[in-house]
Amino acid sequence: MALEIIKQGAEGRLYLGEYKGESCLIKERFVKKYRHPELDTQITRQRMKAEVKAAGRCLAAGILAPKILHSDLNTHKLYMEYFGSAQTAKHFIQQTVAKSGEEQAKQPLEELCRRIGGIIGQMHANNVIHGDLTTSNILINPTPNSSDGYDIIFIDFGLSHYNQATEDKGVDLYVLERALLSTHSEQPYLFEHILAAYRKTCGKDEAAVLAKFEEVRARGRKRTMIG
Amino acid sequence: MVCALGIEGSANKIGIGIVNDGKVLANVRRTYITPPGEGFLPKETAKHHREVILALVQASLKEAQLQPADLDVICYTKGPGMAPPLLVGAIVARTLSLLWQKPLLGVNHCIGHIEMGRLITGAQNPIVLYVSGGNTQVIAYSNKRYRIFGETIDIAVGNCLDRFARIIKLSNDPSPGYNIEQLAKEGKQYIKLPYVVKGMDVSFSGILSHIEELAEPEKRRNKRKKPQDEPEPEYSQADLCYSLQETIFAMLVEITERAMAHCESNEVLIVGGVGCNERLQQMMGIMCEERNGKLFAIDERYCIDNGLMIAHAGAEMFKTGTKMPFEDSFVTQRYRTDEVLVNWRED
Repeated sequence: MALEIIKQGAEGRLYLGEYKGESCLIKERFVKKYRHPELDTQITRQRMKAEVKAAGRCLAAGILAPKILHSDLNTHKLYMEYFGSAQTAKHFIQQTVAKSGEEQAKQPLEELCRRIGGIIGQMHANNVIHGDLTTSNILINPTPNSSDGYDIIFIDFGLSHYNQATEDKGVDLYVLERALLSTHSEQPYLFEHILAAYRKTCGKDEAAVLAKFEEVRARGRKRTMIG
Repeated sequence: MVCALGIEGSANKIGIGIVNDGKVLANVRRTYITPPGEGFLPKETAKHHREVILALVQASLKEAQLQPADLDVICYTKGPGMAPPLLVGAIVARTLSLLWQKPLLGVNHCIGHIEMGRLITGAQNPIVLYVSGGNTQVIAYSNKRYRIFGETIDIAVGNCLDRFARIIKLSNDPSPGYNIEQLAKEGKQYIKLPYVVKGMDVSFSGILSHIEELAEPEKRRNKRKKPQDEPEPEYSQADLCYSLQETIFAMLVEITERAMAHCESNEVLIVGGVGCNERLQQMMGIMCEERNGKLFAIDERYCIDNGLMIAHAGAEMFKTGTKMPFEDSFVTQRYRTDEVLVNWRED
């Protein structure tokens, strides 16, 4: 079977392939030679399992994520649903700004952020910690027939885990804030809209999570001290 | 042509460097070394720096075979760092600036590391892994700023290594990290440690607590409240050093690789004191090879804090016409890498 490589990510290669006659995306995690073999095996297995579990949990909670069709721990391959016409939120944001200019882009991007924030809140309400929230790990899948115009799909659950601790949720938010600041530094307003929407859906721990988030941020600020 | 003298003293190294239009003329340095099991404290470090700094200034001019009149600008580390040692550098820089009637420029320490690395290796637009006793950052340049994509959410990697060296009472001469590196070469057994990557960020404090318990079985026994007659497994110092390095360096290489994929870049530059660790360089090299990328690394003369990097970054700023009023020649403990407008880069 000829496989078409779509992307070489940080952790693996993505191919287009087939599983039981259905076309799908194959994500192969390759052995990292720089890591101690024991550590490498442990990390690879842990992340493949995490990915399968979290995607399942999200789908069960009504959050869009790729369906995992099959996982093969021996060849380090995951077979999952493929969204051919989707693009990453990173490209979507950059394109929107390039197309309609900084001012005009604000309204649609704020809308996008409100939706993203709402979904992350839901995810946390279900105690799924994504672990690697960046705009490269959020897909925008056009749905021309719906009123919203697109679906938001979260991907790359390799660093995810299941935990209700406010610490983990706070760190998850902090990772996202930092990713936005570095990747979309010209649109500093994005995160506040995500956070506002997040608070409405993240469940009963809202105050505690927000307090924890502030605490994690403060650790970051303290760290600016030493060179 | 800009001839710049740079003074660096943000931590336990005090260094003076002279650079002329990208050419290294002098690079002298002294390190404040504390006894095994002890770290360096701000007050004592500043005292050490005060005692040696003037001799270093003279040595640097001699090495460069220059007179004060040949210099165009005096640069010093404005921050981040420990205030008392930073002040020593700033006060000497101010004095020299007035005495020799030369302009004065304050330089961000982290920017100094990055620009030094680019100068020595010729890397154009790399992802920068900046790893030292106080900092752990993955940096990429975009739109006139060095932006921080990933960093530690608690202690720095060098701090983790230094503190572990203190726990097992390794010598601080020439540096705790160097001695861990040497001891790790004798390690055979890989001991499982926590592995903590959060997106492009990392965390080391949990690893340090964990390995501290492994290194000191007495503490472990008390904590777990096991029957006293049940023996705890003992690990050799070499195995602990080896496992610590393997684990935390794998984390660093991983977040660097993530940043490369995220920014679609295939060059990596390692700077900062931990950057001269050869095992880290080797692991990063393997990662780059797997991705058809290129690794740029530098040795301890330029990796570890030095005056040259401050002189070079200052010269770059000076060339673009950056000026600093004398009243602004203070030091600051908090000065983030992304606060500096990088107006000397054209891309």
